[in-house]
Order: sequence, then C-alpha cells, then structure tokens
Amino acid sequence: MIIELRNITKSVGANIHIKETNLVLKTGHFNVLLGATGAGKTSLIKLMAGLDKSTSGQILMDGKDVTKLSTQKRNISLVHQFFVNYSHMSVFENIASPLKVVGMAKSEIEDRVEEVAKILQLQDMLKRRPNELSGGQQQRVALARALAKESKAVFLDEPLANLDYKLREELRDRLPEFFADRGAVVVYATSEPEEALLLGGYTALMDDGRITQFGATSDIYHNPSNLMSARVFSNPPINVTHITKRGNQAQMGDQAQWKLEGDAAKLQDGNYTIAIRPNHISPVKTLDNFVAITGKVQITELSGSESSAHFLAGSNNWVSLASGVHSCEIGQNHQFYIDPSHCFYFDSNGKIVA
Amino acid sequence: MKKRSLIPIIYILFLMLPIYWLIAMSFKTTGEILSGFSLFPQNWTFENYKVIFTDPTWYRGYINSIIYVTLNTIITVTVALPAAYAFSRYRFLGDKQLFFWLLTNRMAPTAIFALPFFQLYSAVGLFDTHIAVALAHTLFNVPLAVWILEGFMSGVPKELDETAYVDGYSFPKFFGKIFLPTIASGVGVTAFFAFMFSWVELLLAKTLTAVAAKPIAATMTKTASSAGYELGLLAAAGALTIIPGAIVIYFVRNYIARGFALGRV
Repeated sequence: MIIELRNITKSVGANIHIKETNLVLKTGHFNVLLGATGAGKTSLIKLMAGLDKSTSGQILMDGKDVTKLSTQKRNISLVHQFFVNYSHMSVFENIASPLKVVGMAKSEIEDRVEEVAKILQLQDMLKRRPNELSGGQQQRVALARALAKESKAVFLDEPLANLDYKLREELRDRLPEFFADRGAVVVYATSEPEEALLLGGYTALMDDGRITQFGATSDIYHNPSNLMSARVFSNPPINVTHITKRGNQAQMGDQAQWKLEGDAAKLQDGNYTIAIRPNHISPVKTLDNFVAITGKVQITELSGSESSAHFLAGSNNWVSLASGVHSCEIGQNHQFYIDPSHCFYFDSNGKIVA
Repeated sequence: MKKRSLIPIIYILFLMLPIYWLIAMSFKTTGEILSGFSLFPQNWTFENYKVIFTDPTWYRGYINSIIYVTLNTIITVTVALPAAYAFSRYRFLGDKQLFFWLLTNRMAPTAIFALPFFQLYSAVGLFDTHIAVALAHTLFNVPLAVWILEGFMSGVPKELDETAYVDGYSFPKFFGKIFLPTIASGVGVTAFFAFMFSWVELLLAKTLTAVAAKPIAATMTKTASSAGYELGLLAAAGALTIIPGAIVIYFVRNYIARGFALGRV
C-alpha cells in the first residue's frame, strides 16, 4: 500500500489550511506527521481519510486516484485525539461495528474482536459501556476498533495526547507492534518531537500548512534541510541566533566567537543564521572546543535526570539542556558553553548551508 | 422532625393543594361541592368517573386528544431532527439568522393563527380532522424542537460522525444506528415538550374541530355550559387530563434533568 499526495491544497474561504503538498507514504514503518498545533496535521489526515475534500491536487492509493472517493469506500481506520466511541454500545459492539458494517459473519467477528481485545488487554471489559471505562481504556477501545478492521491505511491523530504520561509511554511503546505485519500505511500525527524519535520510521515535519521536510526520522533529525525544520524538530525550542563569518572566524554579536571548521569554514563571508539544539548548550565545559557565553539565568527546571536553564544573553533567549543535576541561581549571570561542532548554519533564506 | 424539613413540606403541601382539591372534588357530588366547604368527600361517589368512561362524548374527547397529540409529537420530532442536524453540523449563509427566526414563530400568541388556520383548513377540507390540529401545533413545536435538539446535537463532537464514516457507515445508517441512540435523551426531552404543548393547547384545538376530532378540553367547556354546572364531572375530567402528562414526565424525568444541565431546555 502506498499513499501519494500530488500537489494537494486545501483552503476554506480565504484561509489556506494546506499549501501545495507532495508526499509519498509507504507501509512497513510509522509515518509521523510532526508539527505544532495548527500546523495542518489534522487537516492533512482528513484529506487523506476523505473526510474533507481537497481544493486542488490528487490523492492516490496504490496508484489509484481516490481524490473523489468517499471515506466509507477508502477502507481506512482513524483514531482521534479525543476518545470517540459509540456510547450506547458495549465495548464488544464498538470493536465489532466496522466488521458488522461490511457484513462479516458473526463467528468471524467474535474471533476477530477476541483477538484484538487480547492485544489491547480489553478482554475483561467487553461487556461494559465505554463511559464506564477510564480515559486510557476508552482510547484502547478506539484503537481496537481501528485494529479490528482490515484497513489499508491507519490514521492516528495524536491518539495519546489526552492520556496521562504513564499510559502514554506504555501505549506508545506498543503501538508499532500493534500495527506491524498489517501491510497498512500507518500515519501518526503528533506535536511532540520525542514521540517522532521514539516511533522511528519516517517523519514529515509540518509548519503552517506545509511539509518542510520528509525523510527517515533520525536522518532529518540530524540533518534539517532548513531552519523551519530544525525549529519544528526540537523540544525544548532550538536556539536561533545570527553570526557574521569573516575568514574562518564566526562572530556572534560581541558575546562569543569561534573558529569554523568543515563545510562552515568554506562558506562565503557574510551573515548567517545558526541554530543549536538545547542539548548542545551545556552549563559545564566538557570539551576544549566549547565556546563560552554568559547569560542571566531566568528559569531553571529539573526533570529527573536532566536539568534545563533558560537564560538571556544579548537580546536572545537561550535554552540549555544537560543531563545530570546542575544548579544555576536565578537572576545570576552564569557561563554556558556552546558546542560549535553541532551548530546548523543557514543562509538568509533559511536554507541549510553547513 | 427536623426543623429544616418543615419548609419543604409546607412548600410541597401548597403545590399539591390545588391538585388535591381537584381530585377530592371529582369524588364528590355536584350538590356537595355547591353546599359548602368540606375537606374530604362526605359521600364518596365514582359516578363522575363512570359517566366519563361510559359516555362516548366524554371518552371520545380523550381519544381525540391523544390521537392528535401523538401525531403532532411524531411529526415534530421527525421534521426537527434533520433541521437540527443541519444547524449543528453545517455553516451556511444566514444560518444564525434562520435559527433565530425559527424561534420568533413562538413569540406570537396562538390566537393570532386561529383564524388563518380555520380558513385554510376549511378551504382544503382538513377542518375537524386530527391531522389538522396536529399540523397546526407543529408551527409552535417544530421551532422549539429544533432549538432543543440542536443543543443536544452540538454536544456530540463531530469526530463521532467522522469515526462512523471511517468505520464504513453510510450517512443514513450513521444517523439511525449511531447518532440517534447517542442523543436519545434529547429526543426524549423534545418529544416531551411537543407532547405537553399540544396536550394543554386549547384554542387552536377547539377552533379547528367540531365533532369528529373534538379534544377533551373542548368537551369540558361545552358540558359546562349546556346542562348547568356539572362540577363533579368536570373535576373528574380534569383529574384524568393530568394522567397522560404525569406518565410522560415519569418516563423522561432523567432526560429532562440532563437537558437542563446542557442549558437548552
């Protein structure tokens, strides 16, 4: 199964929800749509699911044009962010409903529901009503319904966003296993970069109704093709600032300067935008080539094994994220260290150059 | 008895007093009613009820009322469901204005429409039929029904519709098998309000009927004027008119509470 989007656009009135998009999604791995709220992930899923009509362009499934095909005929599954179940039906009937619609035999339905319920650990709840279950259980019912159907494409629209974090981790770890060997294209929308990294596969980065980059997840994490992609694929937000290159020296305002190496050294002299992930700004100097920068600490956060600090240097807000516990006093100036070997350099159009 | 339960008890006594009085009267003879004050019937009589259940001019009144009220309720809910769905799910030119305009239909007193309805129904041969009254009442009931149902439907996320389409339900199947059961309480509340309005409405029902479809309320007024004041009989008839409403309220009492919670009733 392959889903192909060709020059797809979607606008409602004067609002453009999806700008011209081309995308080829394949089976065998997760296809993650990563973008902030309002980036167009749900809009894109609705187009692929046939719940919305595209303004222009074509959608192909296995080479067949399905642009005008109704949702019912596309043979897909969809799980929403909010737990959507049929409240007047039991859990069993909920899971069985897509099978009943296509007229599957009763015994076959029972086997299939049994099998899916086992995977999602819902065996004990089959007779209960969805609203008697907890949020996590309700979402498992919704997932079970998607799983029970032998669909060619599965769309998961932030399915874990409304679950508490423990359940989220547990379900996220098992999601790929649920949908493995199905031969279906699995599309997973999320606003959390970590989820994309954990789920692996391929990721499409979305911003403002556009796909900024698409590729193997770890590949595009390490090699953003443009500034927007680097921004989308970073949590906490990536640090962006400007430098002036002269010779093999990079000058960042009057706060820091360092020697450029590799591709960056070969760039023409001039102004560049750089982006550094928070985990490459450290409160301690661990390597000799680290560049010191002084900033006034504004917020510090400790999250288990990591500590992050937000600080103000020059006119920029910076975020540093380091493993281990580092204490910085709020309101005090503190030295932070940039790892220049992990800087991304962008030209004035936001295209990566080094 | 605790002190603070005194006030609710007094309150309920006051509420029940008129109903008690009506029921007590229905077991008295007209003579006793007219003779003076008595808290309980001195001579219990079932004569009043016997007359109502044996005399066709009386019990036909109940049957007529029930027929057109049921018809009205069915028509109202059937018509209001698609309208409310459209208002809750689609945006179209003038939708909000139209929604408000629907409600303005209820702002006019029923009396205003008595004459046009009478003339129209006489002209098309619908006068003195059950459907005539049922249709006339929909003018007032449909807007309210759309209003109430829209509230319930808007409480159901659009994702439910989408999930059903994804599962393979066609629109009619989705509407009948998924959507209607989901808003069953809303349908119950709507049916209740349609029923109640139609059941207590007198003017249109009286104007649009003569003999064949004469409602019980009209029967009561006519009896009162012809053979003097049959107060006991009237009280019995009145007590009986409370029963259908009480039954309906009993069935939808939980739904109504939910309807109030949703803020549309």
